[in-house]
Amino acid sequence: MAELTLLEAINDALHVELERDERVMLMGEDIGRAGGVFRATAGLRDRFGANRCVDTPLAEAGILGTAVGLCMAGWRPVCEMQYDAFSYPCLDQLITHVGRYRWRTGGGMEFPLTIRMPYGGGVRAPELHDDSPETYYVHTPGIKVAVPATPADAKGLLAAAVRDPDPVVVLEPKLVYRTARGEVPEGDYVVPLGLARLAREGSDLTIVAYGAMVGVAERAADELEASVEVLDLRTLKPLDEDALLASAAKTGRVVLVQEAPRTCGYAAELAAILAERAILDLRGPVLRVTGYDVPYPYWSIEDAYMPSVARVVDAARRLLEFA
Amino acid sequence: MAQVVPAERDLRRVIGDGEGVPDGEVDGLTEADLLDLYRSLVLLRTYDERSVVYHSQGRIGTYAIFWNHEAMQVGSVHALTDEDWIFPSYRESAIGLLRGMPPATVLSWWRGHPAGWWNPADYNVASISVPIATHVPHAAGLAWGKRLLGESAVALAFFGDGATSEGSFHEGANFAAVMRAPLVLLCNNNGWAISTPVAEQTRAETLADKAVGYGMPGVRVDGVDVLAVYEATRAAVERARAGEGPTFIEAVSYRTAPHGTADDHRAYIDLERVEEEKRRECVGRYEGYLRRLGVLTDAGRDEIRAEALARMREGIARAEAEPEPDLSVVFQNALADPPASFARDLAELRRILGKPEPEGAASTQPSGPEGAAREGAV
Repeated sequence: MAELTLLEAINDALHVELERDERVMLMGEDIGRAGGVFRATAGLRDRFGANRCVDTPLAEAGILGTAVGLCMAGWRPVCEMQYDAFSYPCLDQLITHVGRYRWRTGGGMEFPLTIRMPYGGGVRAPELHDDSPETYYVHTPGIKVAVPATPADAKGLLAAAVRDPDPVVVLEPKLVYRTARGEVPEGDYVVPLGLARLAREGSDLTIVAYGAMVGVAERAADELEASVEVLDLRTLKPLDEDALLASAAKTGRVVLVQEAPRTCGYAAELAAILAERAILDLRGPVLRVTGYDVPYPYWSIEDAYMPSVARVVDAARRLLEFA
Repeated sequence: MAQVVPAERDLRRVIGDGEGVPDGEVDGLTEADLLDLYRSLVLLRTYDERSVVYHSQGRIGTYAIFWNHEAMQVGSVHALTDEDWIFPSYRESAIGLLRGMPPATVLSWWRGHPAGWWNPADYNVASISVPIATHVPHAAGLAWGKRLLGESAVALAFFGDGATSEGSFHEGANFAAVMRAPLVLLCNNNGWAISTPVAEQTRAETLADKAVGYGMPGVRVDGVDVLAVYEATRAAVERARAGEGPTFIEAVSYRTAPHGTADDHRAYIDLERVEEEKRRECVGRYEGYLRRLGVLTDAGRDEIRAEALARMREGIARAEAEPEPDLSVVFQNALADPPASFARDLAELRRILGKPEPEGAASTQPSGPEGAAREGAV
């Protein structure tokens, strides 16, 4: 075990995956010579060469589109999108081809590509460096989505994504890239997709979160007088429904936290599942703490937009009033 | 870096008009090769004409007509070897026939039946790309990926004049050039993107001019001259295999048929020009060339036509004999390991529709990588 930051854990995972499978290649803007704008890919070009850590033209749809062809040639491309909101041009390829090609070939061809990107707000950045685009990806059939919250999960989920036979999007919480530190297993390490993590056990109320919001949920739990469970989903698709339903059955009170705008956000899906499959276990309404249905604000006032400990605590206290 | 000169203006031609314009010839083509080209032209022409009939009879769905585009499809594909990959748009839906794909497969595709999906690795023919130009980056990626593996395969991407306005075309072409991908970009400039003329797609004097901006050669050929297309593609393939990167070929024609069976082109097209172009359509032109050369007789032509027609009759019969897909097909193949919700949804659907799981249900899925069911390639 080594204590690493979340960013170092990603770099470690990429070293391990490039080492263990010669068909894995990285591609993206500024990932080679510069090692990525956050240095997530630092050292990889020197270690594995310019053909396996490729500085591409500045073209997100081209990156993902050529990755489809690279899969057909037998490669396992890992595409970096430089920022969350810069990934939107690649949605054309994602929706029209990446999520459909396996199906279109009757299961005959695999498209084992990974898309990784830093996501989320709170980093005092210019416009369009702050988005939480998970809903676009989750909503697309044929695509899996993982969002780590800890360094160990950042490594293990990325490894699972690279080895998965289907396309996986890994959203990396850039807010905690360098502040989340933790023990990370060395060498080969995989966290299977589709399994949630119980970050904290409790009996009165469950806070469900993922990515950078797990830390917010844990700090809120610290402030609350009740026994609070924190469920870190780790994978949004496939969702660990069993873990969600088990925690809801145990506490009967659920607060959902997401950074993304509220309408049709991931929390809405979780709320619908709870309504369909757990309503008789619930003691009160399912409450959401989310971003608002506005463009992500100027950074001088972004803290008002981001779900905060105070907002999560407020929702939890309202819910705890239901006996 | 090699000097890239502005794209040529004149269309390359090989086939004469039987009057003032003399026939040329393509080095290295034997009489058997010339007849193979003809057989492929007739196969695709027969496929297309029968498909329009089948559509009118309600036997296939909406169909994208490619009448008079056979020369550019056949000429370019015949310049490839079987290891090379083809990336078709919907206009080249039947291109797999040139790689031994059964007509029933393509007809099933147009019948909206899962038997119409194929495994691209069985034929080195990618799936039909329905959205415009988004497959160009796929072809660039495949070609680049093969080059990285040290393999000699080349990719050929078909797209139309309208596709050159799309961002995906630009990103794919640029990627291919930067990565020196062994790619042939074959632009079917038939003058029309549904109802929009090419003059409203671009202010460029020719589409081949766009190649200059990517640092690749731009070539213009008569798109209804199968030999000119063949020769230009062969040169582009040689260049690609030699590691010199992609080439843009603009194959120029005039769209004589509607965009598809749902389109009525009388609202926008120049009908006099259509009649004029029909008189110089590509299969007849090549037939004249072969006759002047003494390679094709009436009997030979009739035999080749009858063979193509028989394959189509067999193909539609096979496509129509495909069993109705079971409900489970809805949930198949989206993911390697489907979530538990798929099984729940399927069970619920069976209950509501009163359709229990069939016993020993016949699979309607195409073969996996191991079991290609090829017919003899033509």
